[in-house]
Amino acid sequence: MAERCAVVGVGQTHHTKVRDDVSLAGLLREAGHRALEDAEMSWRDIDAVVIGTAPDSFEGVMMPELYLADALGAAGKPILRVHTAGSVGGSTAVVASHLVQSGVRERVLTLAFEKQSEGDTTWALGGGRSGGVGAGGYFAPHIRAYISRSKAPEYVGWMVAVKDRRNALKNPYAHLKLPDIDLEMVRDSPMVWEPVRRLESCPASDGACAMVLTDEAGGDAASKPPAWVHGTAVRSELGQFPGRDPVNPRGGRDCAADVYRQAGITNPIEDVDVVECYVPFSWYEPMWMENLGFAGPGEGWRLTEDGETEIGGTLPVNPSGGVLSSNPIGASGMLRFAEAAMQVRGTAGEHQVDGVRTAVGHAYGGAAQYFAMWVLRDTKP
Amino acid sequence: MRDVAIVSFARTRAHAGVRETEAQLLFPVVAGAIEQSGIPRKEIGFTCSGSADYLAGASFAFVGNLEATGAWPPISESHVEMDGAWALYEAWVRLQHGDVDSALVYSSGICTRGDMREVLCLQNDPYYLMPLWADHVSLAALQARALLDTGTVTEADLAEVAARSRRAAPGNPDAQVSGDVTAASMAAEPYVVSPLRTGDCAPLADAAAAVVLVAGDRAREVCERPAWIRGIDHRIEPHYPGLRDLTTSESTRLAARHAGAGDAPVEVAEVTAAFSHEELILREALELGDTVEVNPSGGALAGHAVMVSGLVRIGEAFRQIHDHGRRRTLGHATSGPCLQQNLVCVLEGDG
Repeated sequence: MAERCAVVGVGQTHHTKVRDDVSLAGLLREAGHRALEDAEMSWRDIDAVVIGTAPDSFEGVMMPELYLADALGAAGKPILRVHTAGSVGGSTAVVASHLVQSGVRERVLTLAFEKQSEGDTTWALGGGRSGGVGAGGYFAPHIRAYISRSKAPEYVGWMVAVKDRRNALKNPYAHLKLPDIDLEMVRDSPMVWEPVRRLESCPASDGACAMVLTDEAGGDAASKPPAWVHGTAVRSELGQFPGRDPVNPRGGRDCAADVYRQAGITNPIEDVDVVECYVPFSWYEPMWMENLGFAGPGEGWRLTEDGETEIGGTLPVNPSGGVLSSNPIGASGMLRFAEAAMQVRGTAGEHQVDGVRTAVGHAYGGAAQYFAMWVLRDTKP
Repeated sequence: MRDVAIVSFARTRAHAGVRETEAQLLFPVVAGAIEQSGIPRKEIGFTCSGSADYLAGASFAFVGNLEATGAWPPISESHVEMDGAWALYEAWVRLQHGDVDSALVYSSGICTRGDMREVLCLQNDPYYLMPLWADHVSLAALQARALLDTGTVTEADLAEVAARSRRAAPGNPDAQVSGDVTAASMAAEPYVVSPLRTGDCAPLADAAAAVVLVAGDRAREVCERPAWIRGIDHRIEPHYPGLRDLTTSESTRLAARHAGAGDAPVEVAEVTAAFSHEELILREALELGDTVEVNPSGGALAGHAVMVSGLVRIGEAFRQIHDHGRRRTLGHATSGPCLQQNLVCVLEGDG
């Protein structure tokens, strides 16, 4: 690898149901501007832009990098647009980091977004005119299979929902704020896709996230502490075929193994201080704990039940409130990656976990078949 | 930069109204490019593709294309919602890391099932431009008109480009239209949108293409005559046609400069011109002299597969080195209305 890569700026919008006060470009500029401000840079300092978003049909703009070029200060510069389903926010950050690590670019602005209120994402997630069950309907059987395999008590899902929403109360950018949330409230919320209840599901949000990535010189020159990239990995696998385990997909395990190897992580539960992982439905927390190697098969739910995934636990998971609290789909993966950066840089405010040296960001997409991860530390690789 | 070469290229014929799915179009070209590369499928370290959901009219359409890669065990893979040429760029960047030595790049598009003059309107600014339903042919015609208004180009020059593209295409079995046509016959065809006549507008095609990239000496081991990527760069311009000088292509000029296109003469340039006047603008921006052979494949004007044409141009530039022994060639890709975004890839053969 030619270069080290540092995250020197992070920005995001206040995620909410409808941002009808800004255009699509305005939404991205808000996040981009905050990331640049954090990095003490201007649009002019950037030499390449990488954007990511989920399907174009969500907003009805085809290949939006064309329209966004002006607003993102990209005129005269290279701009790439990544699309890897729900993992896209993560994959986009990975592509941006590769532009730096390869030595091709020095200062890259990467942004991811979704303005769900512009379209009908539930319709589009269900395959549009071809019809389908949508994300919740698709993942519910996998969750049922997990519960059946692991014999996890049903309140574990409620616990994740409560924990993430309480974390969200500490995050000024989070969409859902439910100050009174408790297990009963989650338990009593309507069943949407058995066994997923309404409060165990992610909201539909408008929002954007942005990061400024630089080479080693940029990281050294940054006045705020940078987060150094110690590993990046992506994996994709076929969505449907006999023999595939969609509950604990091999793609996710391989992705984790790859990124841990790069970062020298041998015992994830010991070596990692905080994880932001993609949990759109509560049960995905214990499922990913196993898939990412933080717990043995069938044991992931015990971390949740024992409170170990809370801020202050052995392995805080989603201190930002996670996807369960804010879900601008295309940005959701990047928000995980960005929160990992904030935790390492000590800029997470009220949801800061004490003493973070190593953080993991994770995103998944498609039929739980696309994975993107990175490992960040406060020291250089 | 690490030396990276194209070692194989496969494409389907440009053809309107295919009956297959994108994945079905991809199966033979992915298998073909891999077989031709001599790299076992399991050794390919990175895969990247380019396509657009809106051609298929379904969200997540690209997910189905993964079938063609046989992504099991899971692969390290990425996708850009862009022409496959940009997927090639991402793969080239990935190979710079040094931990993997080969990459598969593929691209697919079935555009003839929809009405591109409707669909591509969705590329325009959704607030101010899109509601005008300014379709890509009309926008191209505005650009052509601006070029004619400079007085340096005439409609006869456009007809000459149209005729030459079709006359070049018989040598290319993958082309969609070809024939021994004259500029006079092209100039006699009816306008689609004035000043663009039928022959000035590329026939739209469905197609798929794949390329294998290999880094370092391994490329020479597996390929008799690899085409080394000497430079590759892409740039974008402001979106609003009114904010740009439409008679030139500043982003092409920039990309060419950063790709080192002018460092030595190129013998052949394959440029993505979906309209005759675009070739004239690109020739000027790329500073292609009269000695440079432009689009011996017939170019996009002999069959334009939206999302694939750019990768095909780079593939054809590879063929010029690999099959025809040329020394230095150039492939160009474009995206957006009126050549808004452009990519330049300079290839060289050994010796």
